[in-house]
Amino acid sequence: MNMKVNLAGVEFKNPVMEASGTFGSGAEYGEFVDLNKLGAVVTKGVANVPWPGNPTPRIAETASGMLNAIGLQNPGIDLFTKRDIPFLKQYDTKIIVNVCGKSTEDYLEVVERLGDEPVDMLEINISCPNVKEGGIAFGQDPKAVEAITKAVKKVAKQPVIMKLSPNVTDITEMARAAEAGGADVLSLINTLTGMKIDIYKQDFALANKTGGLSGPAIKPIAVRMVYQVANTVKIPIIGMGGIQSGEDAIEFMLAGASAVAVGTANFNNPYATMDVIAGMEAYMKRMGVTDINELIGKVK
Amino acid sequence: MEKVCKMFQIISQKKITEDIFSLWIEVGDMVKDIRPGQFVSVYCGDGSRLLPRPISICEVAKATKAIRLVYRVVGEGTKELSMMKAEEEVKMILPLGNGYTLKEDKAILIAGGIGIPPMLQLAKELKKVEKTVVLGFKDSQTFLLNEFSFIPKTKVIIATEDGSVGIKGNVLDAIREEGVEGDVIYSCGPTPMLRAVKAYAQEKGIEAQISLEERMACGIGACLACVCQSKEVDHHSNVHNKRVCKDGPVFNAQEVEL
Repeated sequence: MNMKVNLAGVEFKNPVMEASGTFGSGAEYGEFVDLNKLGAVVTKGVANVPWPGNPTPRIAETASGMLNAIGLQNPGIDLFTKRDIPFLKQYDTKIIVNVCGKSTEDYLEVVERLGDEPVDMLEINISCPNVKEGGIAFGQDPKAVEAITKAVKKVAKQPVIMKLSPNVTDITEMARAAEAGGADVLSLINTLTGMKIDIYKQDFALANKTGGLSGPAIKPIAVRMVYQVANTVKIPIIGMGGIQSGEDAIEFMLAGASAVAVGTANFNNPYATMDVIAGMEAYMKRMGVTDINELIGKVK
Repeated sequence: MEKVCKMFQIISQKKITEDIFSLWIEVGDMVKDIRPGQFVSVYCGDGSRLLPRPISICEVAKATKAIRLVYRVVGEGTKELSMMKAEEEVKMILPLGNGYTLKEDKAILIAGGIGIPPMLQLAKELKKVEKTVVLGFKDSQTFLLNEFSFIPKTKVIIATEDGSVGIKGNVLDAIREEGVEGDVIYSCGPTPMLRAVKAYAQEKGIEAQISLEERMACGIGACLACVCQSKEVDHHSNVHNKRVCKDGPVFNAQEVEL
C-alpha cells in the first residue's frame, strides 16, 4: 500500500500533517504521538519579530466547532530558528514553516531568513482573520494575493504554499491569483470568521469580539472549496477544515486534495493525527486501494 | 511526569451542593506522582463539544489509586459529567500543569468558590506545617468544610459574602479581622481575589503562589489560548505571556500581571 505523496517535488511519507497553530512546533504533542509518523509538521506561524497576540479569552467552544482569536502570538524568527527548527530536525518528517507578517517586508524578511534553514516548504499565511494588519488583508483581494505570492517566490529558496482564506466571495479567484503569482501549492481552508455572545454576561465570548471558526462544523464548506479550487488550478492542494478521522481525510482527497491537515481535532484527541493515518490505511485496505494517489480528485 | 489521555473508570459521584459535584475516578499508579494544584482535562462524551474541561484535582487517594474532582456545573459539558455514574468511563488527560511548590514555612491557604477544591490535597500534604485555611463562599451553600477540619495543624476560617456563615465579607476581610499570620500564601480563586491576595502578600513581604484560570483548548501548552501576562519576557513565548496550562496554573504572584 503506497501512502507517499509528492507536492512540488517534496516527497511526504504520507499525506497527513497537522494544521498550523494547533500543534506549536510539535514538542507538546510529541508527548502523545510519534512525530516520525507524520507526513510533515506544519509549525505555528512565525513573524520577523515576537508577537504578543490578542488579549484573553482567546477561545470559545461552539456546536461541533470552536472560535479562536489567538492573534498569531509567536516568539519571532530568531528564537524559532535557534530552538524550534533544531527540535524538528531530530525527527524523520518534513518541516513546513508557516510564515506570518504585517507587511510584505515582514513576510520577506522571514522567508529570507528561512532560506538557509533545513526547512522543506514554506506556508504563507495570508488568511488569518484575527489580526488587523497583514494576514487576511493580503488574502481577500486577488491582486494582493498575486503580488505577495510573486514577492515571496522571488526570495524563497523552498517551495511556497499559499494558505487561502474562506472569507471571500469566490475562493477560486484567490487560488487563480496565487497560481499566477507562482505558488507551488495551496492550503485551504483557514478559519471562517465568527462570533459568540455570552448571553448571561451580555458580552462577547472572545476579547477580540470575532474569531476563526474551525472544527467539524466547517468541514462541508472546506470540502466544497477544495473541490472548487482543485477544478480551477493545476497546483496541488493541502486540504483542511474539520478533519477528525481517516474517513474525513479521504473525503478531502477525493475532492481534490493531495494532502490533508488535522487541526482542531488535536484538541479533542491528542492522538488525532495518528488515528487519521490509521483510518486512511483501513479505508484503502477495505476499498482495495493500493496507492493513495489514485484517490486524489477522483470524484469529479 | 508523563501525561496520559484515555478512558478512566468512575468510582463514585455525589452532589454536594446545588451545583457542585464530587467525583472519584480511578487513575492507577499515576496517583503517586500527582502534585497538589495540578489539574485534569475532561472530554465530553457528546462529540459536538470538542474541547476538554479543565478541572482541578481536589484529592488523591493513594490506597485506592483514585483522584477526586470537585467541580461546579457551569454549562452543558459539566452537566453531562455530573450525570455520569459509578463504573461508567470518562476520557481525561492528566496530570496537567505544575502544581504548588510546598514550603516548610507557616502557611496561609486562601481560596474562594470553586478555587477551594485543590486546597484540600495541598492542606493534607502540608501535614507538618502550621497553617490557616481561609475559605470564601457566596452564601451558606458551603462545601468541603468538614474535610478541612480533620487535617492536623489546621485552623479553618470562613468568610461569606452575605454573612450567613463565618465572617461577613471576603477572604481578605477575614484575614485582617482574625489577624491571620503566615510566611507563605497558597491561593486559588477568582481573579479579583487573587489580585487582592497578591497585594496583601506584597504588603506583608511574603511569597504568594496563586493558581490562575483561563479558557483552554489543548491543555498541554501547544495552542496558546490560555495565556496570562508575565512581568518579564517569558523564555518560551519570548513575549510577556505565559501559558496557564503548562507554565502554570500556579505562578508566583510577583511574576504575573493580574
